Amino acid sequence: YASLYFCCAIEDQDNELITLEIIHRYVELLDKYFGSVCELDIIFNFEKAYFILDEFLLGGEVQETSKKNVLKAIEQADLLQEDAKEAETPRSVLEEIGLT
Amino acid sequence: MPAVSKGDGMRGLAVFISDIRNCKSKEAEIKRINKELANIRSKFKGDKALDGYSKKKYVCKLLFIFLLGHDIDFGHMEAVNLLSSNKYTEKQIGYLFISVLVNSNSELIRLINNAIKNDLASRNPTFMCLALHCIANVGSREMGEAFAADIPRILVAGDSMDSVKQSAALCLLRLYKASPDLVPMGEWTARVVHLLNDQHMGVVTAAVSLITCLCKKNPDDFKTCISLAVSRLSRVGTPSSSLGRQELGHGHHPSWFARWAGHSARCVPFVSPEDAAVKGRLVECLETVLNKAQEPPKSKKVQHSNAKNAILFETISLIIHYDSEPNLLVRACNQLGQFLQHRETNLRYLALESMCTLASSEFSHEAVKTHIDTVINALKTERDVSVRQRAADLLYAMCDRSNAKQIVSEMLRYLETADYAIREEIVLKVAILAEKYAVDYSWYVDTILNLIRIAGDYVSEEVWYRVLQIVTNRDDVQGYAAKTVFEVRAPLEGVSGRGQWSLALLTPTPVHSPPVQFSLLHSKFHLCSVATRALLLSTYIKFINLFPETKATIQAVLRAGSQLRNADVELQQRAVEYLTLSSVASTDVLATVLEEMPPFPERESSILAKLKRKKGPGAGSALDDGRRDPSSNDINGGVEPTPSTVSTPSPSADLLGLRAAPPPAAPPASAGAGNLLVDVFDGPAAQPSLGPTPEEAFLSELEPPAPESPMALLADPAPAADPGPEDIGPPIPEADELLNKFVCKNNGVLFENQLLQIGVKSEFRQNLGRMYLFYGNKTSVQFQNFSPTVVHPGDLQTHILSGPLAVQTKRVAAQVDGGAQVQQVLNIECLRDFLTPPLLSVRFRYGGAPQAFTLKLPVTINKFFQPTEMAAQDFFQRWKQLSLPQQEAQKIFKANHPMDAEVTKAKLLGFGSALLDNVDPNPENFVGAGIIQTKALQVGCLLRLEPNAQAQMYRLTLRTSKEPVSRHLCELLAQQF
Repeated sequence: YASLYFCCAIEDQDNELITLEIIHRYVELLDKYFGSVCELDIIFNFEKAYFILDEFLLGGEVQETSKKNVLKAIEQADLLQEDAKEAETPRSVLEEIGLT
Repeated sequence: MPAVSKGDGMRGLAVFISDIRNCKSKEAEIKRINKELANIRSKFKGDKALDGYSKKKYVCKLLFIFLLGHDIDFGHMEAVNLLSSNKYTEKQIGYLFISVLVNSNSELIRLINNAIKNDLASRNPTFMCLALHCIANVGSREMGEAFAADIPRILVAGDSMDSVKQSAALCLLRLYKASPDLVPMGEWTARVVHLLNDQHMGVVTAAVSLITCLCKKNPDDFKTCISLAVSRLSRVGTPSSSLGRQELGHGHHPSWFARWAGHSARCVPFVSPEDAAVKGRLVECLETVLNKAQEPPKSKKVQHSNAKNAILFETISLIIHYDSEPNLLVRACNQLGQFLQHRETNLRYLALESMCTLASSEFSHEAVKTHIDTVINALKTERDVSVRQRAADLLYAMCDRSNAKQIVSEMLRYLETADYAIREEIVLKVAILAEKYAVDYSWYVDTILNLIRIAGDYVSEEVWYRVLQIVTNRDDVQGYAAKTVFEVRAPLEGVSGRGQWSLALLTPTPVHSPPVQFSLLHSKFHLCSVATRALLLSTYIKFINLFPETKATIQAVLRAGSQLRNADVELQQRAVEYLTLSSVASTDVLATVLEEMPPFPERESSILAKLKRKKGPGAGSALDDGRRDPSSNDINGGVEPTPSTVSTPSPSADLLGLRAAPPPAAPPASAGAGNLLVDVFDGPAAQPSLGPTPEEAFLSELEPPAPESPMALLADPAPAADPGPEDIGPPIPEADELLNKFVCKNNGVLFENQLLQIGVKSEFRQNLGRMYLFYGNKTSVQFQNFSPTVVHPGDLQTHILSGPLAVQTKRVAAQVDGGAQVQQVLNIECLRDFLTPPLLSVRFRYGGAPQAFTLKLPVTINKFFQPTEMAAQDFFQRWKQLSLPQQEAQKIFKANHPMDAEVTKAKLLGFGSALLDNVDPNPENFVGAGIIQTKALQVGCLLRLEPNAQAQMYRLTLRTSKEPVSRHLCELLAQQF
């Protein structure tokens, strides 16, 4: 998957092909979200990768099978983030210019 | 694409990450990280309260540093603070930090739990989801205690959002898996079941996962879920249904149905569907899936077929699970057959694996067998070893009487090129199959011999023990086996060689004339390993028994220096024993001793047990096949031979019960013969044994539980072979040189080989003695478990109750360092007169190999001599008093050393007696007197030694008040000149 490598631990009665499919689905999600995902996207936005994974898998089980639903949840969260950011924009812009 | 810019919040973080990425070296990276850590620490410690954004940014940086593999020991508090922020992003980062970096700091856990509790109660679905995610990701017991009661409520609450329900279901599942006791069962369970009918696919998926797990643990509470699950499954499985289309339209993928379909279906057996209607619908569903799988793929995408195949495999595993629908099983098998030649390696692997399970079902076994050629081809051509192994497994599983020959020969052929890692397993499998499905035993024997030839190194001991058992139990095979072995006569070494020769050993059948047989056997003798040669020697003695005409040849072989003086104790011992046995024992005795081994009690193969062990508890279905044998289960474990007992040569047990040789008093010296041999012959049968003799160990290895082993026979004929105590037979040629060296002296080197030197210093006064033994490690390697022990062999003729010597020993250190010497002190008290010296048994491990040998402790009766001076008159008076014929022992013997009067004098003094001058009219003669001091009694002792220089002879006469003592002393002393 475009220089991405995944490692997945499963139990022996788990279906291997399903596991492949889960990995594939995760890549699809990342792809949709970042737009043709690459390693850098995950490095610089590792927290997003986490959030997507959380929406998709939970406690080792598939939570949401629908791509649309997962992305909807993430986008919703991003919207919230944006709202929050707009509220704090004046201060943070200043700070970011000045200090890291 | 625009999503990134939307979420891109923290420029400082991005700068930091690119800084780190730009670092040229590990050091630079660490430096940068340390700088950042210091910065963050000062920010957190600073007086100025940080705003939420900065906190979030720094916590995020810490998280990144942690993910790079560095330890983070601060910032947890700030992360917890973020949890209670009202801003979603800050909360999100806080939760992420907690999920990734949770530790069991109890105080923090309390704070975290508080924050989670607030969020759960917030009725804000996004916050609730975050909290639930965090619980599910951490899943600790503390969290279980705090929330296990709340989550079911959220799950079934009517006003919960779908996304919250999904998260709650999986969160509960996680807690339930981690600590089931914390999740209370209750009214909610009934409502959870109805989630299966939910309109939202995500909710159904999550609920199925949860219900499957709950179902396994509490089948009774979830009976109702079965019909619901099946009906839901049938609705989904039918593509024409509006539901199916609707779901596809929503971006769901059909493969997800398989996931929960498999799950829910597998939970069915826990309740066993008695309802025929439900079962019928389920079968219908399964058929639909199989049909759909046959349809041509709609798209060429790999993942599409992956998903489809995943469903198929899931379905098949369910069908196998039921194992009651012959039609479905056969269909499944046929469809799997198509995958056997699929171009995807993964699929071939999975197909082989699933077929293994199918092969063990009675309905589909025949169907699986039709694919034999494909599988054999896979075994030959697959490039991936794991696939080849699956193919071998499948062959093993599909094997039965009809195809056994083909499969076994294919496996044998494969063995020649097989990967080393799986060879032993294949060998075991071949051995099992060959035995299980052998129609005629000649085939079996051929197969096993081939097996040994091809992969001798991988044929474990279990395999050839088993072969021996089988061959021994079948008279009809023996002839063929022996013949084949003779014809092959491959000079194989190691285990395989042993296997072959043992076949010959057990079945000396007259195929050729006995002398020819013998010479065939013996021609390979020098090529064999020590263990094999030992077995061969045993074979030879059996030859003597069965074919008296070979006796002379074999005796010559045994007598040859290379046997009698073999450096290996085991071989030497056998050679000596067998030689003596063959010349001393009568034909009857020989026949009894060497009676044929009784047949082995029929029992399950230990090979099977080994294979099972090798595969481990999670072993695949291939082994179930083996288990179809009704009685095979655990018996094997218990009776497994223990090869560890193989080589503990312990010579003290009276192996043959022969009492033909004289007591060890004065056997002539023989280089390197070792004390062992004498011990073997001298003691009567009831000598306490230090451990199994090699022979005994060998036999008991072969059939541990059989009470009728030849050892029992060996013990019985002993009295018959025993001509009576004190019978003076011809001096045995090999003897106790080491002991003899110490008859007349008290100090010196008792024993020395490449590893160990044992020195002795001793002093005796009256009936007491003290001996110092010095064990020197001549190597540079530490000896492990070093334990020398002193045992008195018991002297049955004169003393029955207890040993005549009381020997106190101190334990020595169990480790002897390389080059080091340890000292052992023995305190010896002589209670009564005795004939056989105590034994010193030395055992240790040198570089992992056990070493054991037994010596005679240089304590002889003469050590307790008290010299007595007396006048000539007294001497003659006492001499006459001891005039009974049995009180005198006389010996005339040839001088072995130059006859030097001074040396002789020194020897006699060393022997312990006083030398009396001017007693004997002939000044050449020596006269001595002394008293042997024991606790119970004193034995007066007079001796006279008359050298004859012309004839190079001595005449030694001893008179004591006790007959055995006279004789014993005479023997001892005669050896010294």
